[in-house]
Amino acid sequence: MPLDKRVKNEQSKWMQGKGPMSDVVISSRARLARNLAQFSFPSREDGKQLHQVRDKIRETLKGLQYKLDFLQMEELPELEKRALVERHLISIDHATQGPKKGLAIDKDQMISIMVNEEDHLRIQVLFPGMQLLDALRLVDEVDDRLEEKLEYAFQEKWGFLTCCPTNLGTGLRVSVMVHLPGLNMTGRLQQTLQLVTRLGLAVRGLYGEGSESAGNLFQLSNQTSLGLREEEIIDNISGVIDQVVEREREARQYLVKEREMDIKDRVWRAYGTLSYAQKISSEEAVSLLSDLKLGIDLGIIKEMDPAILSQLMVFIRPATLQRINNRELNELERDIKRAELIKKKMVGGG
Amino acid sequence: MLCQECGKNKATVHLTRIKNNEKTEIYLCEECAQKKGELNLAQDTLSLHNFLTGFLGGGQPQQTSQTGDLVGVSDCPRCGLSYNEFREKGRLGCVQCYENFEEQLTPLIKRIHGREEHRGKVPARTGGLIRKKREIEKLREEMEKAVREENFEEAARIRDDIRKMEKELEG
Repeated sequence: MPLDKRVKNEQSKWMQGKGPMSDVVISSRARLARNLAQFSFPSREDGKQLHQVRDKIRETLKGLQYKLDFLQMEELPELEKRALVERHLISIDHATQGPKKGLAIDKDQMISIMVNEEDHLRIQVLFPGMQLLDALRLVDEVDDRLEEKLEYAFQEKWGFLTCCPTNLGTGLRVSVMVHLPGLNMTGRLQQTLQLVTRLGLAVRGLYGEGSESAGNLFQLSNQTSLGLREEEIIDNISGVIDQVVEREREARQYLVKEREMDIKDRVWRAYGTLSYAQKISSEEAVSLLSDLKLGIDLGIIKEMDPAILSQLMVFIRPATLQRINNRELNELERDIKRAELIKKKMVGGG
Repeated sequence: MLCQECGKNKATVHLTRIKNNEKTEIYLCEECAQKKGELNLAQDTLSLHNFLTGFLGGGQPQQTSQTGDLVGVSDCPRCGLSYNEFREKGRLGCVQCYENFEEQLTPLIKRIHGREEHRGKVPARTGGLIRKKREIEKLREEMEKAVREENFEEAARIRDDIRKMEKELEG
């Protein structure tokens, strides 16, 4: 039975692999938490009230220029919700918990607005590469348009009031996804990440717990949201990201100069496995794709789109993979289809 | 026993999780257990909340009444949230909670953010007056900067702007 798809496109703009510093920075995200003054926060409100919140926000969004599609989460099939999580368009909680949730997204999937998540509104903007300032500008503009019609929960001292006090103030959480294979291979990863934490940013591996992460993918974000202006928050994190990018590039140059054969061997082995594997787990795939991307960025592998990592790290995950194949797949079938898809992408197809 | 995830296969994997002193047991079949372990995206919200409730629960034991509520802290009059519920979940219920629990929240918020007052965006409609005040503060900073850089013409121009805005605010 073919899958029921409400959001047709599997491709989000952030997966294009372009933008400043795209050799290290995969994507930039800015997210604002907002609440409507006249309602309690979603966890303290009943279904009827939450319905009203959703309707109100949906009506307001209709009047804006962004051409957003509005989806009611309870109407989406399970796989579709999980695929949205895999594309980083909604949170895991938004896919699994609570009634009367909504999602507004634009065609390019750059803007995604979660309704009735932990707060009434989570307005999110996702860009490829290092584009935090642009992300902030857009999310700020969407926020302004909404505020013309909606009464926000705001007070002078603590700013925008949020369900969890960790988001208080600006309600702003910015995060940047970085790819750090060079630092990992030169043994400088832990040290760098510790430094980043000391400079006030939160670090987490994209896959798995703590500072270990398959695919050398890490997400860096601001820890605090109160007491600084939005631009200052962006300045702080950008300053740290510049440093991280610099160190990662240095590490890569060191590898090319001092350990050329090691690095070439590793890249081509990844290329070989990905080209010929008949079945592959997502964990193995992500870690080999990380080697492949490094090879492309260093010019070892030529004529391959560097976006391959940004795209495939999403496409190979279970829900998206099933959607691409337009049917449900068991684990073994997924491993086989995953290997097929990677091969197809590597020769520039699909 | 059947798998709690799919409800179809026989449960062969038994997971025990302990969170906030609460023990949950999950029974899964092989396939679902594998699925759960399949390259899961790390959840930052989870760790953040654990962290927060750790914050709230830690430190000195607080004086509680027989019902377990903090003495002298009444429930939020609007949404009914008790301070204890907030301590358990790390989540507030509504706008009014911030006023109702202000005394308890103030030191906590300072510990989380290292700062006490919002300096960022003020919404145009909801915060009209506050917005004006903030603009004046920002201009003051610019004026001081101009003075420091001995750019006195610029400083004088900003000073006039500030005066004009202050008049508007009073009128």
